[in-house]
Amino acid sequence: MKRIDHSEASSKFIKAKDHLEFHDKRLWDLRKKRDRESEHLPEWEELRTLASAIKEHTLTHLADYLEEFERNAIANGATVHWARDAAEHNQIVLDILEANGARTLVKAKSMLTDECEMRPFLETRGIEVMETDLGERIQQLDDEPPSHIVVPAVHKLRGDVARVFAEKIGTDPGNSDVHYLAESQRMHTRPYFLRAEAGMTGANFAVAETGTVVVCTNEGNADLSVNLPKLHIASIGVEKVIPKVEHLGVFVRMLSRSALGSPITQLTSHFRAPRPGARMHVILVDNGRVERLGMADFWPSLKCIRCGACMNTCPVYRRSGGLSYGATYSGPIGVIIDPTFNLRKFSLLPFASTLNGSCTSVCPVRINIHEQIYKWRQVIAERNQLPIVKQEAMRAAGKVLASPRLYRAAAEAANAGISTLPRMVMYNPLNAWGRQREVPDAPLLTFRQWYVKFRSPKQ
Amino acid sequence: MSAREDILGRIRKNQPAATPLPPVPTFDAVDSVPLLERFEAGVVRMGGKVVAAPAGPLDALIRSLHPEARVVCSATPEVAGTCPLDPSRPPAELAGVDVGVVRAVFGVAETGSVWLTQAEFGVSALGFLSQHLVVLLDPARIVGNMHLAYREQAQFDAPYGVFMTGPSATADIEGVLIHGAQGIRSLTIVLAGAPDAPGR
Repeated sequence: MKRIDHSEASSKFIKAKDHLEFHDKRLWDLRKKRDRESEHLPEWEELRTLASAIKEHTLTHLADYLEEFERNAIANGATVHWARDAAEHNQIVLDILEANGARTLVKAKSMLTDECEMRPFLETRGIEVMETDLGERIQQLDDEPPSHIVVPAVHKLRGDVARVFAEKIGTDPGNSDVHYLAESQRMHTRPYFLRAEAGMTGANFAVAETGTVVVCTNEGNADLSVNLPKLHIASIGVEKVIPKVEHLGVFVRMLSRSALGSPITQLTSHFRAPRPGARMHVILVDNGRVERLGMADFWPSLKCIRCGACMNTCPVYRRSGGLSYGATYSGPIGVIIDPTFNLRKFSLLPFASTLNGSCTSVCPVRINIHEQIYKWRQVIAERNQLPIVKQEAMRAAGKVLASPRLYRAAAEAANAGISTLPRMVMYNPLNAWGRQREVPDAPLLTFRQWYVKFRSPKQ
Repeated sequence: MSAREDILGRIRKNQPAATPLPPVPTFDAVDSVPLLERFEAGVVRMGGKVVAAPAGPLDALIRSLHPEARVVCSATPEVAGTCPLDPSRPPAELAGVDVGVVRAVFGVAETGSVWLTQAEFGVSALGFLSQHLVVLLDPARIVGNMHLAYREQAQFDAPYGVFMTGPSATADIEGVLIHGAQGIRSLTIVLAGAPDAPGR
């Protein structure tokens, strides 16, 4: 399988100046709003510690909590299915739909169904699938995956949405007013809610003690998707289970604050049992999660509550866009999850990071994201998954850095080089580093030369 | 082996060493700002509105809040509305409702949320298909924060329940905030003591 070249893909994103500037600004704005919320709560850091501990406890007792969740969900009247991988998941969904004579599915946003590539699977088998979240719908109509796990179309400007809507749902191509576009989607989507035979959601949390599926949204689309059709299917990654209702207090207080900088989502919905005359199916999905649970360095990534805070704060993500990662999960959390799906395909993603640690410091469940990114780089190098250019550069750098004598010679040569070499050497097409950067003027002396001259006790 | 046995078996094999479950405090330190004031600020921040119930029938208040409304459908006997709510009919029939009316169980000061379950809605779709929603709330039934809200254990036995905070909203296009995404376009909280509550 072809390796995803994040840096190559992001060069396209960077070329669209207006998009790049807006993307960077919009996501940084979310980060600042998150900061305002967290600074407003004196217990914020304590909540992070609690959230992390609750998740760690649950993951280290995961089998018991999943069994408890299953037992309670069944007692509530739901049917529980288990899926080892995407193919099993998609087939289960199709079987449920067919058994219930459902041809139209209205669905709320679910990264898991994106991960399973469920939509194309169902569509080629005659099921009409309607994404009802505005951002996800824009991406569906434009035949693109979501570029961000919370705001799926954040890389698009209003003009792009106007173009997509004009082509696909018949809006006025000359009207890119945001209110007009959102209202058009509302009017276009509503008839689907009224006639669909089935509704689908993911889950933010699955509560073991009650068998409840909790979904946090803003648009009202999840509640319409469940409360109108007679069939509700909820797809849930096995890591989403939490022990008790009281634990929701911790996570609900942090989720939207971390994601959007709002104290809570407009709707926090608790689906425990089907309403009279309706049916509820829950699918518990592995798809690589269980394998990740057994990885000593990487299992804490399963604590993730998918808030996207690490993406919003990441300078690489903000300036390269989610689509350039070529994976369902992008940004810092993506680069530590994606290699577990396919090491070779995603082996360059852990290099899409400055290792500044900002992701780790905003993570509401205290995942050591930047340390895991560094760990992945080691794993990838050990398993010979580095491209030749990087391998050779690392080998050379390793030699130089291991020997004080070589290092000194190299530093002095580089200093001399920067001031005397023609620009062509540094800013040529072979040197990716030189493409968007200017090298600062070289100092007159290296640190060592300076130290020897002014501070060395031997002098 | 079934997928269930396979998954659970591999989880038991892969689970890292057990860590303890910490107790969760309620973080309900005394706040100098009264609950109701915090609640009102929360609702307004999330795009909703709070009004006090006047003396007299609530139907008149709802007409004054939504003078253009033709179909008012109420899930609470405190408001007559213009059409009956029949839980035995398909929920899609509520598509023409201009204003839905429902009484909340309690409110949350921290976020400006109200808690509603299937029992209060009668037909849960009323809270989402209606163009506008009016929610009656007893001001004596406001808790401080989400930790306290989730200690109302019996509430979470409901087949369906929702913390609703302001109207439905989206900022998916360029971060421009739109109220009235897929669900209700406006949310008005009417502070009105419950009919069976003491002092009314």
